[in-house]
Amino acid sequence: MAYKLIGKNFTPPDIEAKVTGAATYAEDFRADGMAHVKFYGSPMPHGRVNNIDLSEAEKVPGFLTALLPDEVKQPESPVGQAILSDEAVYFGQPILAIAAETEQAAADAVAAVRVDMELLPFVTNPLESLQPDGPNALNGINVAGQGIDFQELKWSGRDFALAGEETLPLGTPALEWSFGDIEAGFANAAVIVEESFVHASNAHHAMEPRSAAAYWEGGKCHVWGSTQSTAFAQPGLANLIGISPSELVFVSEFCGGGFGGKATTYPLMALPALVSRKLNGRPCLLRVSRNEEYNNGYARAGFQGWAKLGFNNEGRMLAADIYVVQDLGSTSGFPDFNNVGSSAIIVFQPEAIRFRATPVLTNTVPKGAQRGPGENQAANMLEPLLDKAARELGIDRLALRLANAPGGGVGAKYGPDQGPVTSAYLREALEKGAEAFNWEERSKQSGVRNGSKVRGYGIGQAYHTAGSNGFDGLLRITPDGILHVHTGVGNLGTFSYASTSRIAAEVLGYDWDRVVLEYGGTTRHLPWNLGQFGSNTNFTMTRTNYVAAMDAAQKLKEIAAATLGGNAEDYELKEERVVKTGDESVGMSFAEAAQKAIETGGRYDGHELPEDINPMTVASASAIAGTGLIGVAKDNLPKEGTVPALAAAFVEVDVDVETGKVDILDYHCVADCGTVIHPMGLAAQVRGGAVMGFGLATSERHVYDPQYGRPNAQSLYQAKPKTYLDIPTQMGWSAVDLPDSQNPLGMKGIGEPLEGAASSALITAISDALGGHLFNRTPVVTDMILNAAEGRPQSHKPLATNTV
Amino acid sequence: MTKYGPYDPTLDYAPGPAPTRKGGGVETPSWKPLHMSRRNFLRGVVCSGVVIGGSAYLFSTTTPARSDTRAVERLVRLTVNGRTHSIEVPPNETLAHTIRYRLGLTGTKIGCNQGECGACTVLAGDTTIYSCSTLTHRVREVDITTVEGIAGPDGALHPVQQAFIDEIAPQCGFCTPGQVVTAVALLKKNPKPTIEEARLAMSGNLCRCGAYDHYLRGIMKAAERV
Repeated sequence: MAYKLIGKNFTPPDIEAKVTGAATYAEDFRADGMAHVKFYGSPMPHGRVNNIDLSEAEKVPGFLTALLPDEVKQPESPVGQAILSDEAVYFGQPILAIAAETEQAAADAVAAVRVDMELLPFVTNPLESLQPDGPNALNGINVAGQGIDFQELKWSGRDFALAGEETLPLGTPALEWSFGDIEAGFANAAVIVEESFVHASNAHHAMEPRSAAAYWEGGKCHVWGSTQSTAFAQPGLANLIGISPSELVFVSEFCGGGFGGKATTYPLMALPALVSRKLNGRPCLLRVSRNEEYNNGYARAGFQGWAKLGFNNEGRMLAADIYVVQDLGSTSGFPDFNNVGSSAIIVFQPEAIRFRATPVLTNTVPKGAQRGPGENQAANMLEPLLDKAARELGIDRLALRLANAPGGGVGAKYGPDQGPVTSAYLREALEKGAEAFNWEERSKQSGVRNGSKVRGYGIGQAYHTAGSNGFDGLLRITPDGILHVHTGVGNLGTFSYASTSRIAAEVLGYDWDRVVLEYGGTTRHLPWNLGQFGSNTNFTMTRTNYVAAMDAAQKLKEIAAATLGGNAEDYELKEERVVKTGDESVGMSFAEAAQKAIETGGRYDGHELPEDINPMTVASASAIAGTGLIGVAKDNLPKEGTVPALAAAFVEVDVDVETGKVDILDYHCVADCGTVIHPMGLAAQVRGGAVMGFGLATSERHVYDPQYGRPNAQSLYQAKPKTYLDIPTQMGWSAVDLPDSQNPLGMKGIGEPLEGAASSALITAISDALGGHLFNRTPVVTDMILNAAEGRPQSHKPLATNTV
Repeated sequence: MTKYGPYDPTLDYAPGPAPTRKGGGVETPSWKPLHMSRRNFLRGVVCSGVVIGGSAYLFSTTTPARSDTRAVERLVRLTVNGRTHSIEVPPNETLAHTIRYRLGLTGTKIGCNQGECGACTVLAGDTTIYSCSTLTHRVREVDITTVEGIAGPDGALHPVQQAFIDEIAPQCGFCTPGQVVTAVALLKKNPKPTIEEARLAMSGNLCRCGAYDHYLRGIMKAAERV
């Protein structure tokens, strides 16, 4: 089908402000008389506050007020995250906040506070906490996670002794599921690969720290926050502040990077609002520093894991037995562990699998979702094992992946229940990528040495769920004929808030320059939308905008019929007019219809609303009622099955065996994201995701001093995200571009697997250059490469984590 | 972390720290004795519930030391984007802070405040500087250009800005002002850079979204248009 807007490039409405400096982020909020907020972060990884002495702080010129833990709402669960806490469970956790006339005065006052704390036992290594006498990160609790009761779980000394130093002990899991007969699968396997591995945690390090500003006026709290999501973040933030959602005006027009770490709201965002309330509503700005962002900005969860995979002679995976211990951080964290199992199923389609997981609390940075949470670690941990199996079977590494990857659209299986998927074209992505990359010919250069450099080739695959349903769409056509699409999804930087809004314009036949996007804050009257996370936006928001546009289209036809005679079915939309089918001389412009909608009232101009839409949408639609023709509906379109986003990537590297340096020479990624909406936006995500993946694969990790629990990767130069100097000279991309079966226009998301495909491809390429050496440790850093090249033992202990 | 093993089938590994030999034999611990280094000793002391002052823990604190109270504000004349401002600035204030908080030019971003990320890049004359790591008093004599001063007086975008838009270079956009300023400085000095020269010139500007390739494409496109 030929589309007017879909599949075409466009200039997103917010991009000019980004290149001129006009874009205002949370920290750019300014108001007369604005106070500055700073917080005191815990200097220890686990400690109880015995006393807070503010006497010296209060003497600092400019001191205004202090906010203490007992003045804020505490989480109901012991594994929740507090805004301010008198029992710190991680280094840098906010204990108290101070407001002052200037930022320097606030910092001086914080430095003058005397906090007497008692150090409590702490732990940075999950396995240590599982030992019979291991310390707990929280008092009496060391295991938690989504769907798992928080508890104290210890493995026996026998579990540890049986495993030895180099293998993950397989103690009692907190979670276990399986399907198929794995014993039979292993019995029939031609090759069995069994390895233990470690995946580091790493910081999100969004360029914009999570600063926030707030004031109270007219009985309402106004917050400027940095979040990926707008509508979805609002109720949670209201709850943190302790007010009803209708009392919160929330602005999040720009977000300086999130990557999952600012998925919705978070405790620090509420802090300036709470301090402001103590100052009778005076505007307050909390500027979060880079170190504070590291400590409180979440992180990807690390893993210590073990897997046993059995393959037949063709490379088909007959059985998989996977066990992961997740480093949850100091709160219930994010269920990355679940996603390790589910991604193994969707990517490898094993005939039988047993999956076990134990998520363990540590006194480290609270973990949140980070781009492909669990799925991308799974790719990095498991893809190298596929290469080992292919080598042992004597088959091509691509062939082994093709033997397992889901393809052909529907038919693949998902999850322990082996449910359906809406579309999966990973096999096609692999084939398309292999052709573009010329895998068959080029990979023959594998291992070729030129001076100190050895050539290597890698393939990576990754997955993430890519769509949800049940949210609302809202738009209006004003009497000037302009289409206003109200979108509450958020502005993460993918421009998908705009590209998904184009679906409404497409359905109604609008020219893009006659469309205005209403987004960026609750004052723009937003519908209830899911947040901008989890690769869901393309699928979820195209559906909401589609149903709202269909509602508007129906209303346009009904108005034309009521005005010009006949039935609604006799009319169609053409060039921003609603005209009689077969006789275009009978018709009216959208502008005229919008005016008529206001005169008619009722459901046409938003005074009567559908009963099934969310209260937020009701409030927003009511606020714009009477200003035009309103299209509003809940997404009740059918959705059966899981929506998978899938990606396959190919990498060529030179590994310098004398320095350990890896040069990425070429990269090509193929995305299975359904119908492509915005090609250049997709290109930016493919390449950007890859750069992030290269960091995940080779440089980014958390490092703690195990003796004192102090983090040592707080700064960017320590955390090592990639720079201009690390990227390949060529970064190619393409898309399968086959429609998803359960999106009216065939779209689904893609953001997250673009990183995991790149990272796992890079790891397998480095391994390939070194003759198939398995590191079983992510990231693969320079000294590990050098040790492997020299045949020396690695300097790390096999299962050590959160350390160098 | 306690070391168990190698596995000894004659030991009873009941949950608990001390394995005991079956049949009441002599207890043989199967793990290394506690390595009583100074660090372990210290850890034992602090973990035993000794109350210490928060800021005394390992002499560490999460907050910087208090500022020098002798830092009195002094009047400076500062030229930013062609406009000269007379403002009172303490000697320890950074240019980033002055620009953002005293002049209200919030286009310049503070990403790290410690000279790592480049989001605060501005021009001092034709030279790029990290404004977070430059004291305002040190640039009194120099014309400063921020991202707000890159477009023409009529608001016409600089070729670098237009090319960044055309190539969808910004993603989240927080590093973009720094990328714009550095790219403009590069093209002033080297109007026709190779991609490798551009890469080197830009390497002081981090982008966590990983949009480097698109920024480079933008620079090469802008170089054709300048």
